[in-house]
Amino acid sequence: MKKLLILLFLLNLLTSNSHSIEPDVFVQSTVNRASGILSKDISKEEKINQLKVIAKETVDIRGVGFYSLGSARKNLDDNQKNKYLKFFEDYFLKSFSSRLSEYSNPKIDVQDKDVLNKNYTIVKSVLVATSDRPEIKIDWRIYTKNPDNPLIRDLIIEGLSLARTQKEEFASILNSNDGDINALYEALEKFANN
Amino acid sequence: MFKKLTILIFSIFLITFNANAGSDGELALEKNKSEAQNTKDCFEKLNRATFAFNQGLDKALIKPVAEGYRKLPDNVQKGTSNAVRNLSTLITIPNNVLQGDVKTAIINTARLAVNTTVGLLGTIDVANKMGFPKYEKEDYGQTLGKWGFGPGCYLVLPVLGPSTIRDTTGSFANVMGGDPWYNASVHGNNEFLSEGLYITSKAINGVEFRANNIESFDNLKENSIDFYASVRSLYLQDRENKIKNNQRGNIDVIYEDDEEWEEIENK
Repeated sequence: MKKLLILLFLLNLLTSNSHSIEPDVFVQSTVNRASGILSKDISKEEKINQLKVIAKETVDIRGVGFYSLGSARKNLDDNQKNKYLKFFEDYFLKSFSSRLSEYSNPKIDVQDKDVLNKNYTIVKSVLVATSDRPEIKIDWRIYTKNPDNPLIRDLIIEGLSLARTQKEEFASILNSNDGDINALYEALEKFANN
Repeated sequence: MFKKLTILIFSIFLITFNANAGSDGELALEKNKSEAQNTKDCFEKLNRATFAFNQGLDKALIKPVAEGYRKLPDNVQKGTSNAVRNLSTLITIPNNVLQGDVKTAIINTARLAVNTTVGLLGTIDVANKMGFPKYEKEDYGQTLGKWGFGPGCYLVLPVLGPSTIRDTTGSFANVMGGDPWYNASVHGNNEFLSEGLYITSKAINGVEFRANNIESFDNLKENSIDFYASVRSLYLQDRENKIKNNQRGNIDVIYEDDEEWEEIENK
């Protein structure tokens, strides 16, 4: 009976941990995938399309979108939120993939991680220096609420948060247009279609 | 003398205005709040116009010069970069002292001595090769920040670019005796130094910075829906990191408004 209980306990442990992914492993595997695409001998457009697939799988686009909207999201109804998320996703994927596509075969080394709480881990990495540019520190804020499916919520490059920058950019557009969400829709749509 | 007095009065006015405009009547010292978030863009219309002017100037002059600079042989670029950085040590040392960091001031004084002599007027960073700690620039704006002065309003200066009232005030200290390089070249009785040389060294500093950031700026511009707001945010975050000596950013500060994240579920 005792042996059976131990067996059941071990089985339970094995099952519950079978899909859990460590945030640092997740980041290294994500950058390796992106790096593989960037070093391929394919067109820039094709690279961008493949990078978009990675971004959809690894970034919490919905979370980043709502964070970027700041307190303005509290004033939106469900229809407006859905409309915003659609515009945001198109904007984000284009922005994310075209930023990355400028690099050819970047080498990112994951160095350390800092578990903030059960929801967040900061993974520390460096973009290895080349003859054209110095080493760049990149920290990844990983949302780990679901340990089986960690997601990127922010990139902090040399101490500068991209999510915060984006949030302040969106706030500026809203402020310049008396808080009119349509102005932000328009800016996002214009960017995505350009 | 009158010129200096005018600058002093103007600086006091700015710094006073800084405390009032930047904090909406509250104390300027708000150590636990993110500066990047709290800095007001009181002169946004004017700032955007100046930003547009600077963009035009960059396109017509600064970027082409920076691109030309990048075509110079690597060792020339490296030597120039080292020499300009060596001159900045002259401002960093008094600021190390003013911030109470005497140990770093001594290290930087030794760095300056070694690089200026053995390093052939700073063109070779001998101190780095000798294993000196990594050099971190400090300026009077950072010192004011360290002393508890808030950033005040955000400013975009013609040609010089993003700043705040506090940082602009700090820059005045350079021409009021706080920069030994300025004192020696502009007021020094020396046949080898002149105001022109000082201005040239500052211009090279700017060109070098621009040359190091050509791709980053292009990328940021291309991927921003409001380039002005992106630059403002990045400048203010960077200054905050420098004042607090957070090389990787301070997680507590970056996510000070973390409740906003916490409210957001991903499913």
